[in-house]
Amino acid sequence: MKLTKSDAAPLTTLPLRAGIGLKSGHFQDVLDSQPDIGFFEVHAENFMVAGGPFHHYLTRIRENYPLSIHGVALSIGADAPLDIAHLNALKLLLDRYQPESFSEHLAWSTHGDTYLNDLLPLPYTDATLQRVCEHIDQTQTHLQRRMLLENPATYVEFAASTMDEATFITEVLRRTGCGLLLDVNNVYVSSVNHHRDAQATIRALPLQQVGEIHLAGFAEQVDGAGDRLLIDSHGSPVATAVWDLYAFTLGLTGPVATLLERDNDVPPIAVLLAEAAIAERLLARAGP
Amino acid sequence: MSDQAHFARALLYAELDVPAELCTWNQSDPAVRFAVYRNNVVVSRTDALADTFPVTQALVGKEFFRAMARVFLQANPVKTRVLTWLGARFADFVEAFPPACTLPYLADVARLEMLRVCAYHAADAQPIALQTLGQALADPDALSDLKLTLHPSAHLLQSPHAVWSLWAAHQDLLSIETVDPELAQTVLVFRRNLDVEVLNVSLAEGHFLMQLMAGAGLALAADAAVEHDQRFDLGAFMATLIRLQLITRISNGDMTP
Repeated sequence: MKLTKSDAAPLTTLPLRAGIGLKSGHFQDVLDSQPDIGFFEVHAENFMVAGGPFHHYLTRIRENYPLSIHGVALSIGADAPLDIAHLNALKLLLDRYQPESFSEHLAWSTHGDTYLNDLLPLPYTDATLQRVCEHIDQTQTHLQRRMLLENPATYVEFAASTMDEATFITEVLRRTGCGLLLDVNNVYVSSVNHHRDAQATIRALPLQQVGEIHLAGFAEQVDGAGDRLLIDSHGSPVATAVWDLYAFTLGLTGPVATLLERDNDVPPIAVLLAEAAIAERLLARAGP
Repeated sequence: MSDQAHFARALLYAELDVPAELCTWNQSDPAVRFAVYRNNVVVSRTDALADTFPVTQALVGKEFFRAMARVFLQANPVKTRVLTWLGARFADFVEAFPPACTLPYLADVARLEMLRVCAYHAADAQPIALQTLGQALADPDALSDLKLTLHPSAHLLQSPHAVWSLWAAHQDLLSIETVDPELAQTVLVFRRNLDVEVLNVSLAEGHFLMQLMAGAGLALAADAAVEHDQRFDLGAFMATLIRLQLITRISNGDMTP
């Protein structure tokens, strides 16, 4: 079965509010304080375990909050078949928690028997386009739901690419009916790294299909020529330039469920909630 | 070799050239940018191992640990996509890693730490109701054939080294100076409610548990323990297992509930 845009199922039923990543260090805090937050997001792979505290807490937290499950290891861009065991594990998790949204990345992270635990870049060619679309079709069919695909942060480009990233993503969405998880930080990082206009990149993306936005902090280095090289590190607050690009994006899309990502050097939950409150103010300004 | 195969090998082996098909907008050396991916692949997975094996790292020092982890990740393609299990075979690697051979106990400390992770994420199960247990233990004729099922999180580690003491010394439970690493110890790692516990059991109790876990009846398991040490006290140890909520099921010889 091929899922298409015309299928009735919405891309996501997340509220048009800000959410934060649910970190294990905050499980008890969340249960105790029941913070006013739009939704929580978890990495699927962290919950691919039989039992114990992770499921104990997520079950209880999920009772009170909308949930987004975000996969990081499906390796949709791999030049090898998708791992059926991994798809089965995802299906089990989605059946158990019935999240309002499921998303994955435009990237590859495995080779042969090795899981590399990084989101690796793809050349944008007809061949990779076809492979990515086949893998998304297979994923959506296996999981019996539409997914969101996240645009990557990249550090290199490929001489073999025959189209730009926005064109590639637009075509993937058109062919598969999946939605876009628009990572505004990734757009900013890639725009700096490849000397592109970030606003033009946002405009070129299929904004009607945005089901969720990601915001995060980046780290900064320089490349071999001394030019800025931004790293998608998820270890610091959202940068001012990314808040600006987010506000610009919301002006085009209207309010979209927005996640504040923080995966390294995770601060107390109050810090994350304060950052989410900034996003909520911008969401409110973006109108109903 | 496919483009991704070449890319992946270049990620894992820093001495290889970066893929030729990479380009940059400013014609800067792609190797500098490719190093970001190399670093991510090595550092993120090494960090994951360090999270699982804090005591192993403390015993050898951070620099040695990270170098050892790097060799492990290069030499052992890790198939799991769940980082939690990244270190599943790390202890076996440590055991055979020549530079670590001066610390013969290191591999068992790593095994204990991996068992803690396994116990933390193991399946849930309710401890058996005390009433059910009482009824089963009340019939002396049936006692010897009774089989106990332990909580799914329960794992046994029988070590020729003082694996519990070495671990406990890094939890501030005792002083490292007092530890004789050559003392054989057995530990039972399990989860009670939401917390992982590491119980230092006697060698005889370890034999008893090993027999139970292999499916032996109570009498056979107790015999194995007594054979090792006549002082093994079945009643007292059963009371410990009950108190720790480790028994989830009790059945007669044919394993019907």
